[in-house]
Amino acid sequence: MSEVAKPSGHERIETSNLLMIVLILAVVAVGGLVEIVPLYFQRSTTQPAPGVKPYTALQLAGRDVYLREGCYNCHSQMIRPLLAETLRYGTYSRAGEFVYDHPFQWGSKRTGPDLHRVGGKYSDEWQRLHLNNPRDLVPESNMPAYPWLEKTQVASQEMAQRMTALRRVGVPYSDEEIAKAAADTAGKTELDALVAYLQVLGTAVK
Amino acid sequence: MPLNPTPASTFHDNTVRLFAYAAVLWGIVGMLVGVLIAAQLTWPELNFGIPWLSYGRLRPLHTNAVIFAFGGCTLFATSFHVVQRTCQVPLFAPKLAEFVFWGWQAVIVAAAISLPLGYTQGKEYAELEWPIDILIAVVWVCYAIVFFGTIGVRKVRHIYVANWFFGAFILTVALLHIVNSAAIPAGWMKSYSAYAGVQDAMVQWWYGHNAVGFFLTAGFLGMMYYYIPKQAQRPIYSYRLSIVHFWALIFTYMWAGPHHLHYTALPDWAQSIGMLFSLVLLAPSWGGMINGMMTLSGAWHKLRDDPILKFLIVSLSFYGMSTFEGPMMSIKTVNALSHYTDWTIGHVHSGALGWVGLISMGCLYHLIPRMVGRTQMHSVRAIELHFWVATLGIVLYIAAMWIAGVMQGLMWRAVNADGTLVYSFVESVKATWPFYFIRFVGGVLYLGGMAIMAWNVVMTARSGRVAPIPVPVMPSAARA
Repeated sequence: MSEVAKPSGHERIETSNLLMIVLILAVVAVGGLVEIVPLYFQRSTTQPAPGVKPYTALQLAGRDVYLREGCYNCHSQMIRPLLAETLRYGTYSRAGEFVYDHPFQWGSKRTGPDLHRVGGKYSDEWQRLHLNNPRDLVPESNMPAYPWLEKTQVASQEMAQRMTALRRVGVPYSDEEIAKAAADTAGKTELDALVAYLQVLGTAVK
Repeated sequence: MPLNPTPASTFHDNTVRLFAYAAVLWGIVGMLVGVLIAAQLTWPELNFGIPWLSYGRLRPLHTNAVIFAFGGCTLFATSFHVVQRTCQVPLFAPKLAEFVFWGWQAVIVAAAISLPLGYTQGKEYAELEWPIDILIAVVWVCYAIVFFGTIGVRKVRHIYVANWFFGAFILTVALLHIVNSAAIPAGWMKSYSAYAGVQDAMVQWWYGHNAVGFFLTAGFLGMMYYYIPKQAQRPIYSYRLSIVHFWALIFTYMWAGPHHLHYTALPDWAQSIGMLFSLVLLAPSWGGMINGMMTLSGAWHKLRDDPILKFLIVSLSFYGMSTFEGPMMSIKTVNALSHYTDWTIGHVHSGALGWVGLISMGCLYHLIPRMVGRTQMHSVRAIELHFWVATLGIVLYIAAMWIAGVMQGLMWRAVNADGTLVYSFVESVKATWPFYFIRFVGGVLYLGGMAIMAWNVVMTARSGRVAPIPVPVMPSAARA
């Protein structure tokens, strides 16, 4: 290609594989850097809100069931600061309430209602009946029934490993909490665990 | 034209052909799962009490199958086809290209097994667990080596515009996948995101929005820039416009993620930046649409007789529509109504069924006969039928979801004079039922169109003959 005149302007880019690759990477990197990095240095997004504690072993087991069943596909956990929303679901959600949520479960769709402050809203017994078959309590509901949860035991032997993994990414579990994780969840069903998780949701902030 | 007689002088189309067939197969599977979950929202007993058939596990299977299996295989097939033709060389490292094919099929099968079993990282469009994520990364790096390697050994001086878009798609998806999938394993097939709360949300929607922007847009614009001029036999409308909208598009898209997090606990400054860049995004998006549409100027009559062009051009109309709707929905006051409702589902599907689906089908109809030594599909009338069935399906789908979404948004915010809510949540669920049914019918039609396509592809392949296509030797003047 030496016989060709030296390219100028955009021609320089579109005649060079390497330059094209480097420029594309540079151009696409900017947005994410600007939007993500500062979030690690803002107090409101990095500090737990007062009263927010890591999930107990049983609650964590319940959260894992929540993830496994894909509840986030239909339920959000994010109350927006809009009048009708706070009337329906309670106080709006604060960033500091989610600092121990790996991954976050804010959701993007409400085929069912928001769950961020569902904790304490219904009795344990209501939740159990509802999860077993939602239409027993809410005839118009189109939520799937989860009859297998009460028949399945929590994987209690795995809870210590899971809590150790979470500690590695910043959740402050003590050695003691991890050591008794198996005992805390022994003999519990997945339904027990999921109800324990739902009942703690959003209860730290009133 | 004199042809080079050495074996290296034929295009490596084996991988292209395999990916094209796989795209049709996975299209059927992904859309079938979509129809099933649409039916489940209408008739919730349709999971029969079986865990691996329940909605929450199958919806990720649907999204992963249509985006990464159907869309992915279409992108692999077309990018490997286009890069060879526009660089005038066979694929660089064809064995590696074959590994990309089988590796990607392994990813798809692993997803199809693990998602219904409930193995998930719990992040939308990034559900696959860490061992599968690692396999994706390996396959993707090999893909990049084959693609950019082919450009590296090109015999044409300029890198053709379609390859800019394919290249940006490949590089950016690698970046997004690696950053967003960062997780700490807690057993084999179990892990937790490396990020928490607000940071996790921002990373996720930076990824999620740009999965749309690069996987489902930039890559498919690459297809547009090759197959529309080819099928219309007209040059691209504006070279200058393609430069401007390319760089503007890839820069701007990467900022738009926060519009998925309006009014959430994400700090306001990030929401405002996201909204601003989402509005700006209208310009480069429409730049691409105009460049594709105007390629037909002076040849509009071809739309009457050529159903493949119908697919390609109508897909651009849907692209224009959804990239207008998207910026509107990113305005915070509009988003306050639309967010969390089925309006979002309608918006996504006007892009997915209308833009991504139709352009994929159009390009595959152009490509597949050429891969089996034919100039046309077995039945052109079946292509025409597919077009109309699919279009009717899309209209039913998105109209139903728009109405349902606006209705839900209004019902959720309705407040009585005494300051109490007018509707309970389940009243909005009940009111949505007819629209879920219409959406299901729309989905069945769209899937039906895909079945017509599968029949047509089988008939074309059976009567065709696979023969290597020689790389044309260009006169030296063309190299300058």
